[in-house]
Amino acid sequence: MPSDHARFTAAFDAALRGGPLPPGVTGPEAERRFAVYRNNVAVGLSAALAQRFPVIHRLVGADYFAALAASFGAIDRPRSPVMAEWGAGFAAYLAGFPPLAGWPWMADVARIEHARGVAFHAADAAPIRPERLATADPATLWLGLHPSVIVLSLHHAGVAVWAMNQPGATPGPVPAGPQIALILRDPSWSVPVTAISPADAAMIAALPNGSLTAAAQAAQAVQPDHDPQPLLLHLMRSGSLTDTETAP
Amino acid sequence: MTAFTTLLGLGASLACALGAMAATPVMAQEMEKCFGVALAGQNDCAAGPGTTCAGTSTIDYQGNAWTLVPAGTCTTMELPAQADGTARMGMLEEQMRDLPA
Repeated sequence: MPSDHARFTAAFDAALRGGPLPPGVTGPEAERRFAVYRNNVAVGLSAALAQRFPVIHRLVGADYFAALAASFGAIDRPRSPVMAEWGAGFAAYLAGFPPLAGWPWMADVARIEHARGVAFHAADAAPIRPERLATADPATLWLGLHPSVIVLSLHHAGVAVWAMNQPGATPGPVPAGPQIALILRDPSWSVPVTAISPADAAMIAALPNGSLTAAAQAAQAVQPDHDPQPLLLHLMRSGSLTDTETAP
Repeated sequence: MTAFTTLLGLGASLACALGAMAATPVMAQEMEKCFGVALAGQNDCAAGPGTTCAGTSTIDYQGNAWTLVPAGTCTTMELPAQADGTARMGMLEEQMRDLPA
């Protein structure tokens, strides 16, 4: 049996989606005034989603995005007062949205944009001190990953589409093939997105589970001539490698 | 090549990588964490344009408005040909929902 409060919020939410006025909303011109409130909520949600997914906004244009946000917001309501947490379902919604079937990389881009927000808000972690590495034995060195590190296996070239829609970049032909995105938050608080190879992805997945040698072997199982150094230097420079021995 | 020589080569390249990593300090922190401010797009409320009375219409974009073609950069980018030869630029379909009452 739902409580009175649950019943009221359900009625209020239904009214926000265009249903009849919730009980208790009275006064002169209540219908018209509630319509203003309803519109403000819709516009506010649309604006919040546009800030969360700026590349999708740029890809489809402002008018289309407003319509898209209204359509998404009608079935996926925010569940938390923290607006940054809303939009986790947006990529899946885009993937199943028939009018955008001709632009199949759209959902990939939304996954990247959502992951960037998650990485930005991820917990802090101190990077490993470089001097710890100089004398370390790769067979026993066990590195950790910063909590912001996210690897996404995309269905299309979503990293390229995302990159060519950043400020100053020029859109061009989309390269073939799926891409794998590496997303992390670096010490300057930027959240770069880079395309990595399947072997790089295998190494990142293996890093927290064993020694550095084991991780490099996991990469070479995917690509026998894989060179671990470029990825390790990128992770090192970004502060994404942590020291498991000093971790709490 | 045997597994043993592969492992030797890997050990050498990892030792080399570790040396390079030790010589590559973590990027200096350029920004201090500042509580009470948020980067654009990361603020936790939609304060700004959305909180004004931006019109009082009940339905701005109804479901049958999907005949709109996305007007952004997605129309200027092309996917490479698909293996099965299916059309890449799908037609936008009208949706019979969210219609004004």
